[in-house]
Formats: sequence, structure tokens, C-alpha cells
Amino acid sequence: MIIQGDTGDWEIVIGLEVHAQVISKSKLFSGAATDFGAEPNDQVSFVDAGFPGMLPVINEKCVEQAVRTGLGLKAKINLTSVFARKNYFYADLPQGYQISQYDMPIVGEGTLLIDLADGSSRAIGIERLHLEQDAGKSIHDMHPSKSYIDLNRSGVALMEIVSKPDMRSPEEAGAYLTKLRTILRYLETCDGNMQEGSMRCDANVSVRPVGSTELRTRCEIKNVNSIRFVQQAIEYEARRHIDVYENGGEIRQETRLFDSAKGETRSMRSKEHAHDYRYFPDPDLLPLVVAQDFVDGIQATLPELPDDKKARFMTDFGLNSYDAGVLVAERASADFFEQVAAGRDAKMAANWVMGDFFAAMNSGDYSWEKPPVSAVNLGKMIDLIKDGTISTRLAKDVFIFMVETGKDPAIIVEEKGLKQVTDTGAIEKAIDEIMAANPDKVAEVKAGKDKLMGWFVGQVMKATQGKANPGMLNELIVKKFQE
Amino acid sequence: MTKLTNLTIAQARDKMAKGEFTALELTEAHITAMQAKRSLGAYITETAEQAREEAKASDLRRQAGQIGALEGIPLGIKDLFCTKGVQTTAASHILEGFKPPYESTVSGKLKAAGSVMLGKLNLDEFAMGSSNMTSYYGKVVNPWKSKSDPAKLLVPGGSSGGSAAAVAARIAMGATGTDTGGSIRQPAAFCGITGIKPTYGRCSRWGIVAFASSLDQAGPMARDVRDCAIMLGSMAGHDAKDSTSAPLPVPNFEAALTGDIRGLKVGIPKEYRPDGLSDEILRVWEQGIEWLKAAGATPVEISLPHTKYALPTYYIVAPAEASSNLARYDGLRFGQRVEGKTLDDMYKKSRAAGFGSEVRRRIMIGTYVLSAGYYDAYYSKAQKVRRLIAEDFTKAFQDVDVILTPTAPSAAFGMDENTDDPVTMWLNDVFTIPTSLAGLPGLSLPAGLNADGLPLGLQLIGRPFDEETVFKVAGVMESAANFTALPEGV
Repeated sequence: MIIQGDTGDWEIVIGLEVHAQVISKSKLFSGAATDFGAEPNDQVSFVDAGFPGMLPVINEKCVEQAVRTGLGLKAKINLTSVFARKNYFYADLPQGYQISQYDMPIVGEGTLLIDLADGSSRAIGIERLHLEQDAGKSIHDMHPSKSYIDLNRSGVALMEIVSKPDMRSPEEAGAYLTKLRTILRYLETCDGNMQEGSMRCDANVSVRPVGSTELRTRCEIKNVNSIRFVQQAIEYEARRHIDVYENGGEIRQETRLFDSAKGETRSMRSKEHAHDYRYFPDPDLLPLVVAQDFVDGIQATLPELPDDKKARFMTDFGLNSYDAGVLVAERASADFFEQVAAGRDAKMAANWVMGDFFAAMNSGDYSWEKPPVSAVNLGKMIDLIKDGTISTRLAKDVFIFMVETGKDPAIIVEEKGLKQVTDTGAIEKAIDEIMAANPDKVAEVKAGKDKLMGWFVGQVMKATQGKANPGMLNELIVKKFQE
Repeated sequence: MTKLTNLTIAQARDKMAKGEFTALELTEAHITAMQAKRSLGAYITETAEQAREEAKASDLRRQAGQIGALEGIPLGIKDLFCTKGVQTTAASHILEGFKPPYESTVSGKLKAAGSVMLGKLNLDEFAMGSSNMTSYYGKVVNPWKSKSDPAKLLVPGGSSGGSAAAVAARIAMGATGTDTGGSIRQPAAFCGITGIKPTYGRCSRWGIVAFASSLDQAGPMARDVRDCAIMLGSMAGHDAKDSTSAPLPVPNFEAALTGDIRGLKVGIPKEYRPDGLSDEILRVWEQGIEWLKAAGATPVEISLPHTKYALPTYYIVAPAEASSNLARYDGLRFGQRVEGKTLDDMYKKSRAAGFGSEVRRRIMIGTYVLSAGYYDAYYSKAQKVRRLIAEDFTKAFQDVDVILTPTAPSAAFGMDENTDDPVTMWLNDVFTIPTSLAGLPGLSLPAGLNADGLPLGLQLIGRPFDEETVFKVAGVMESAANFTALPEGV
């Protein structure tokens, strides 16, 4: 995306830091549970509350999840990594420091392929992924002068996934987040739920004149909680930078907040007021060493990832890039499609899944565990279309009955008498009756008003309750008028 | 009959096994002594009632045939160990009133071995000090008196000053200590008792209020080598709750006291003779070498070339870790709070009121050496030097089995001495700090008296996780030294 300013064209440079909450039963360094929505301070151990003498012990499950994610991002796994303390005072940080990884993260450089609206793809570099503890939550609006603290989140494992400054538009940033979320969900390492805060994004934004390769001063926009807001925040911030530069000003490095109600970013703290985090290796923890065997074991259990799946759908099923992209966006939708398409016309299966099926999914209280129509029944329905039992038009009715009753489509066709009429005699009889009842219209058609032919098709369909085979009907009507 | 309070742990153990007295009788004798000697300031919290209950329970266990390694032995616990339901202060105002809902691994193991807790022992605030004068709960007085000036109050050393004084004054049979830079060994030497800082990782740190995590190590303080061996056997062992605790089995330390050290090589580091080291210290050191020679060991001069950098290295690493470890004392969740207008204001007021001057000094130093722009020059450099110091020992231990040095550069000093300049105070740990930085086991035992009638200690340093050799050599030295002097009133 190029932004035209008063002095010339500008390009946006974007890097994203995503905090993804690790799916694990217990916290990164304590045995306390991690479920969302528990009563405040119900899931807190003495370690999480920073009590004297308490010590952290690494949760191996969280290490496994970080390695799994690293492998999913085609990244280098560092067999030795180090936990460091990031020191600062805040009421929801009981230890007075956050245990994080600093100069030796568990995952190094990788790549993520983003899919753009025009069907093209672009590789975005991953700088690193590291494990760290989440802080608790401060609640400031429950009392006029007091703040309340909920430590349930304190100590929960996060993966901080840092991109390289490779994105050039809000659209690309959105595509990056969408793709990252898809991969995390495929891997089952993070549920990717931005509303519940299990995936949060900080955006680093700067601008530069088109053609320049410099990296200008960036601003960091903290904790934006939806993909749409990230895009809005980036666009607002980029335009603000351009305004400042074009008016002869300088951008100060600072942390900013996005106000989604006003659609603008606001300064939170400038560099001069930035914390000096005094990072140093946490002496309570030994360096984290993982064996190559451990990494290989995880590699062996990785699922097929969205990019590979998409490529396979295009090659094996002949789908176009867009359709394949839509179907692989969720692992469950891809699995559902594959079940429907198995041994059938894949394009037809894709159209039904992405059309009537997705519409039904979105219209009611459905989920992949409880879909409106099972993959087996949808497949059978496609078979009925293919063998001529029902027309595509009738199939739409059959589909609705399937949603309502959950019955096998063959039974629905039988019970509702929805079998298409392919008996030439019956169709001819219906045509004859309509023609006999409308001699004036017959005359008009014969006088050359071909358009009225469609009216006859509609009338016959109506008379047969839509069951006439549309191909046969068209053919027979033409024949009748030629007689 | 010997006073019950004058028995060693091993003697009391054997006599109780023979039914000569009960755990309750032994505990009562110690409670009476503890209460009579309150002027020493050794205990911050006395738990006499709880001790009686524990002693009764111990006697019942004994009747039922369940006899732990420390069954019925009354001990004092340094007030740095969290004890369930019993106030734990770290000698700081900021933790006043804090009753942990959990028991530290080490004190829990001592309980499980059958011991009785008499109370919580005084220390330097957050274990920062070498004189036990920085405690919010009062100074501890050394039970030993100078012959030339009997009215002078002497320090017991620190930071485990309450532990050392209590064991020396016979108001605990043994005590837990913790040692970060010499906090078990120096007070043991000052009070004429024996104490060992085991190898880093030998005892769990879980539940011990942290000072400097990479150096802190719990250890026993008792009246002789055998008692230390018995106690350490119950305190040590791998703990899954402490990632830095060593996954190693615990040897039978008492069985290491064979008395046979023939053929062992004893390293004598030439760098441990700083200018101005007193003749008295040199003499007792020479004496120690002679005892070992007589027992069939061979002294070998060794070089630990980076020794002179140990003190400055320690005073970067330890405060750095402390500045971070002590961040949790913010008045929010436990301990003392001073209300403020804002959160920052509350932090400032609570911490200013809660921490004493030595603790504040070290937090300031630690914060400074970790700051952006100074980290490489101080902390990072100190870590490199620390590795060099450890390598000195690794090389030396290729040639020798154990190293003998003085424990401290002087005997106990007066409470009014060494107080003007904190650095003079820090010099007390010059012989103990290198061992701490290298994570090695170090034991101090009394080797003689100076001209003023005050005890002097010698230190034995061992290979990592080879406390057995240290105990074995210490046992031989103890016999040779035949240190029978007692402090006043015992």
C-alpha cells in the first residue's frame, strides 16, 4: 500500500509482536490451572503470587508447545535457551519481575506465508519465538479509589512471536495475523481467541519514502484486541507519521495505545520514560536444554499445515487458489470438505460446502462438533444429484430438510416425493396442459417472442412441484413449439 | 550427670535410645535455657508450646518404634526458612507478622526426621551482613567474652549469627543456617562451633527466603563434626520444586567419619595470606597443617590466582540477584504496608519503612549493576570472573583432595567495631566467598583460641558433592584440636 502525501509517496513498514497463550493445563512455572473464566484469584499458587521462598519449575508441556509452534513456522529450534528476568514494578506482577527469554530464545528465525486477496502469497520473516509468563490483571473500574487484582492469569505461559519488519500494508498485517492464528489452531498450541485475550498483538509501525530502504523511528501500538483494530491502528499511525514528517517534525520512539472508539492512537509513554528492565538470566532456573530427539518426536506428530493442505487441494481436487484457501482456513472445515469430496466431484463438493453448508453453519447454533448437516449426508446428497435422482434445484430443498431433520437425503427424497420427474410422457403431458390453457401465449411464441418460452418452463415446473428434470423440460418445450 | 543442654546430638540420640530421658525432658531443658538467655537476642520467635507438643509426639513415636534420624532433638531454625503457621521475618520489618502457609523443604525434612523446633533464630536482615547487627529485631550477642575486656559485647558473626550463638550458648542442640558468601562458616568460627555450607544444589532452596539465588545454600550448624553430618543427612536431597537442586542420592555422611585420612592431599592456597593477616590466624593455620600431616595426609601448596577478584565479584553478583529477589516485598500481598497516594507512592513508602540500610544499600548496588549501559561492565564481567574463580578450584582439585584455609581474617570483633565503613565489614568474608562463588562445600570448625580467649576457625573446602571427604578430614582435625573451651555461663 502506497500512501500519497503532499511531498511524495510513502510506504509503511510494519512488524508485529504476537502474544499467544499456550494451550496447557497448568501454568509455565507452577501447577495452577489455566482455564478461562474461573472466579478471580481461584487459580493461583504461591509461586504465581510471588510468596517468599517460592521457586519456578518449568512445565514441559509448554516447552513442547513452543517447539511445536516453532516447527509449524519452519523455524530454527534452539536446543539450549535461557530464561531471564525482566524487572519492573506493577501491582499485577507479584514477583516484581516477569520470567521471559531475552538473548537466547527457544525458537529462532522462521517464515510465514501470507495469502492476499488477489490470490497471491508472500513470505514474511519470523524473527524469534520465546516463552514467557503472563502478568495478572488489574481492574480499575470496580471501586472509586481502589484497584482490584486478579492473579488467575499470572504465570500463564505465553509465546511471544516476533515478525521481521516485512509487512507493507494493513492488509498484509491482517493476513499475517489470520494466517498465524490458523497455524496456531492447526497445531493446537493456542486457541487464537483475540476477544478472550488468548492472542494479543503489538504493532511496530514506521513509514519511509517509496524507494528508500532506511528504517525510520517506529512507534509501538500495544495490546490491540482484534485484527480489524490492528489494521485501523496501523493505518492511523502511518498517516500520523506522514503528517508529522511532512510538517517538518520528527517522530519520537514511544509506546502508544489504540482507542477503538475514536479510531486513533495515543501516546502511553515515551522512550525517556521507558522501563529499564534490567534483564539478567534467572538464577532460579537452569538453561533450558531440549534434546534433538524430543524435537524430532514433535516433528513426527505435526499435522499437515494449511499451506501444504491448500497445495494438495489444488493439485488433487483441482480447486482454485481462492476456494482451497477458504477451505483450509480451519482444520475442521478442511477435514469436513475432504470427507464430502472423497470419491466425488470435488468442485461440486466445494461449492456445496462453501455455499449452502457455510450459510447454514452461520445461521444457527452450530459448530464443527455439531454441524447442521453431516459430511456423510452431504456426500450422499451429492450422489443423488449426480445419478439424476434429484436436480440441483431440488437438492436445495433436500438440504433444508436435512438441516431440519438430520435424516438421510435418500429417505427425505422418498418421504417428501422429491424425486425428479424424468418420465418424458409425464413432462409432455404437463406441457400440453399449459399450452392448451394459454393459446394466446402459444401464439405469441410462435410469432417469434422467444422470451416467453421461459414463462412456459416456469409454469410447467410449478405444475410438477419443481420435480421436472430441468434439462429434459427445456428440450421438450423447444420440441413442442417446433411441432 | 552432664547437663542435658551440654550433650551433642549424637550423645542425646544414643541416650534417648537407651531410655535415659525423654524428648520432652530434653526439650524442657532447652526451653528453660532459651528463656534464661534471652539477653543474647538469639531467637526472634520462641515456639516453646509448639516444641513441647512436638516433643510429646516424638516420645509417642519412639514408643511406637518410629525413630527418625533426629528423633526428639530440639533445634533452632534460622528465621529465613518459611515455617508453616509460624512468623517468618528474614529479620526484616517488611515481613513482620508474615506467617507462611507452607513449610520450607529443609525445615520440613528436619521435622520429618523427628526433630523439635524451639523457635526462629535471629540473623542479619535478609541474610545480608557479617555481624548480625542489621536485624530489625535486635542485635545478637556472642556468648564468648574477651579475656582482656570482659564487658565488651562481641558480634556472633553473620548472617547466621542467631544460629551460631544459640548452638554455642547451649540453647539449641543444632541449628539451620544459610550461607551465601560465608554466612554459616564465619559465625561458626566466631562462636566456636562447627558449620558446613554444602555444595550448591545439595539442599533444596524451596521455602527459604531468597537473598542471592545462585549462591544461597542451607546447611547445619552444630557443636561438632558428627552432629553436622547427622543433620545434613536429614536436610539434603533432591527436590523437584527447586530446579537447581541436584538429582543425587544422599550419602551417609556420618559413615564418612572413619578417622583415616592417610594418603590424602591437602591444598594450602598461597593467595590466602593477605597483607596484615594476623599472626594468630597464621599460627592456627600452621597448626592445622601439622595435625593433618601427623595423621598421614600430605600438604601441597596450590595457587588459586583469581582469589583477589572474588570479593568484588561477589558484591556485584549477590546484590544484583538480591535487587530482583527483593522486588516482591512491595507491601501488596503480605508483610508490612504503608499506604500511599498512588501505587508508586505506596511502593516507596512501604519499602523505605520496611528495609534497613544495609538491605537498601545492596538493592541500590544491584539495581545499578544491572542497569542498561552498566550490565556488561559489571554483571556480565562478574559472571566471567566467577567462572575463572571456579576454574581455579577445578584445576587445584586435580592435585589435591581437600583445601585448608582460615575461615575468617579475625576472631569475633566488638559491636562498635567495623561499623563506619561497609567495605571493612565485607572483608570478613574474604576466605569464604571464593568457595561460595564456585558452589563448593566448605566447613568451618574451631581450631583454637586467640590470646583474648576467643575461638578461631579453620575452613575445609571440598570437591563438588564430596562433603564426605570434607567431613572425614574435619573429624580428624577435630580430634587433634581437642577444642574443649566453652563460652561464658555454659
